[in-house]
Amino acid sequence: MQKVRRVISVIVQNEAQVLSRVSGLFAGRGYNIDSLTVAPIPDSNMSHMTIVTQGSKRVIEQIIKQLHKLIPVYKVIEHDSMVEKEMVLVKFPINKQINMANIQALFEAYNGGIVNAGEDIIIAMAADESHRITHCIEAAKNFNPIEIVRSGVVAMER
Amino acid sequence: MKMSGAQMVCEAINKEGIKYVFGYPGGAIMNVYDEMYKQKGFKHILTRHEQAAVHAADSYARVSGDVGVAMVTSGPGFTNAVTGLATAYMDSIPLVVISGQVPLSLIGTDGFQEVDAVGISRACTKHNYLVRSIKDLPRILKEAFYLARSGRPGPVLVDIPKDITGEMGVFEYPDSVDLPTYKPSYQGNDRQIKKAVEAILKAKKPLLYIGGGSVLSNASNEVRELAKITGIPAVETLMARGVMGHDNPLLIGMPGMHGSYASNMAMSESDLIISLGARFDDRVTGKLSEFAKYADIIHVDIDPANIGKIVDADYPIVGDVKIVVKKMIEKIKDRANPNRYEAWRAILKRYDEIHPLTYEDSNEVIKPQWVIQRVGEILGDKATITSDVGQHQMWAAQFYPFSRPRQWINSGGLGTMGFGLPAAIGAKVANPEKIVVNITGDGSILMNIQELVTASEYNIPVINVMLNNHFLGMVRQWQTFFYEKRYSETDLSYQPEWKKLVEACGGVGYDVTTKEEFDKALNDAIKQNKVAFINVAVDRFENVLPMVPAGGALYNMMLEYKDR
Repeated sequence: MQKVRRVISVIVQNEAQVLSRVSGLFAGRGYNIDSLTVAPIPDSNMSHMTIVTQGSKRVIEQIIKQLHKLIPVYKVIEHDSMVEKEMVLVKFPINKQINMANIQALFEAYNGGIVNAGEDIIIAMAADESHRITHCIEAAKNFNPIEIVRSGVVAMER
Repeated sequence: MKMSGAQMVCEAINKEGIKYVFGYPGGAIMNVYDEMYKQKGFKHILTRHEQAAVHAADSYARVSGDVGVAMVTSGPGFTNAVTGLATAYMDSIPLVVISGQVPLSLIGTDGFQEVDAVGISRACTKHNYLVRSIKDLPRILKEAFYLARSGRPGPVLVDIPKDITGEMGVFEYPDSVDLPTYKPSYQGNDRQIKKAVEAILKAKKPLLYIGGGSVLSNASNEVRELAKITGIPAVETLMARGVMGHDNPLLIGMPGMHGSYASNMAMSESDLIISLGARFDDRVTGKLSEFAKYADIIHVDIDPANIGKIVDADYPIVGDVKIVVKKMIEKIKDRANPNRYEAWRAILKRYDEIHPLTYEDSNEVIKPQWVIQRVGEILGDKATITSDVGQHQMWAAQFYPFSRPRQWINSGGLGTMGFGLPAAIGAKVANPEKIVVNITGDGSILMNIQELVTASEYNIPVINVMLNNHFLGMVRQWQTFFYEKRYSETDLSYQPEWKKLVEACGGVGYDVTTKEEFDKALNDAIKQNKVAFINVAVDRFENVLPMVPAGGALYNMMLEYKDR
């Protein structure tokens, strides 16, 4: 069966072990996790997890149902029409070959810019859809990046 | 009321109406055992291994329909209990297991007898708790019992650090539980039920496929009623033996790997399978692409994740089997015509006549199937039957005349060898009116043989009937069929002297090699009112048949095997 990419939001009770219950479910049942982010929801005792996964239609359906079965899971949203963002931080060396203006321009094209400049490195940031972040990183490779950190996806249903 | 954490544990168990707890003490759980010593509520049964404690509590739950409770200490006490948890989890048995844990301050330091119990048990419990504060203890205990018995039942672990059982706190046991994240659906969607009923009325070859969920929801009467008013034939899975009753004319038999020819053909040719609390296990479906090719599926299950997991359901109904079947009966009773399926029933009857579930009896050696039949003839409805795992289990499921649900207790999902004897203990405690017979094999029995001592100590008279083929029989059978008879590590010819062994543990033993001796032994064992152990020498090379080879289609059954 054809694999599809899905972004799933899981609203969970903010309590000990809840992350291991979710990630353990994926591991134990052999589901993929492309990325997973989690942070508390303001003014509540819940947390919001955003999971990007891949699988056949049947597998995705099982993932949703199995997540629902976990006791601390309050809500599972299989995103359809969503705003999806991911962030990336990229570190570059500062030397004569590097054109800072070009880096600045590149990251501005992806809703970012240079966020930190030191004596011998700069750090640039971009925040955009996942596939665009991938493009951004491809382009950034022209500037010999030292380190690249992606945040994983967060999403919100429209 | 102020009390210690240990007292809270005992109070909660008593408030839940639990009469028996099975367990084994140790360092981290000692506070609770000390309180237990002082209290006058539940009785504690000291098994001789933690695994057996959990199996006994599990079987107590299966027979009584109530929650089973087991208690173990930290570290090895807990890890020994894991097999029991997994067994109960696979068969959806309501269980609360309370384990001691090292004190809070030691957690994470690799303390003596420390193990990450919630981490290890996450995948084999419905839910688990590590109690971090005495303030949470009453609520967690209440939730544990509620979660275990509600929705799709299952085992719940409560891991309690030793300092918490020793600490004083306020005990207010909640009357009810409100978990905003947990709302099982019992009712079933009315529109779906209506559609399903229409499908039943239109079908030409409908089949009731009855699973363990029908036992768990106490739906036997309703399921029998639905079958009766519609005239729809039924198959029972391994977990559902007894739901229809063996003498019910609508019962075709058990489907699956060792199911009857007629049952598997019924599944293969049906045009509407009505699944009632069954989960399309691989041992039932055989090769999926060939499974029930002509059938639409009505799938009634309390767990939405079971629906659409293995096969697509045309009529998915999330709900409790008893409630949903009641509603089906309501909607169908005035319109059903039992004659409609007469031709279909005749076909299935013919299948059963062509290839009945049978075996070739012998006068030289006892056939294992004969033993099961004989126990059935002598005890029938008077017995609760427990079993271990292997050939004897399949023969018991095939040949015992089960007449009611909760009469047949076995580890179906996990297939845990060593389940039978502790399960027999739990079954006898739960329902002392019935004679309890543990059908076992010479492989399985040694995995929890120490429980002979427990049964003797508490005067729990269970009768073990061991089908002794001096082989790890089921594995041997596969080696015969699929591994060119290379009997790798399955010859169990080196054995204890069983009679001496059971006598050394306070029971009574019988070595049996003829049918006459067997009758005498069983009748004597029934009179003895002691732990009994009947070692029956049976045909070494008997195979469980029919057999659908793993991965094969249900309709391609191996009906006989001739090569001696």
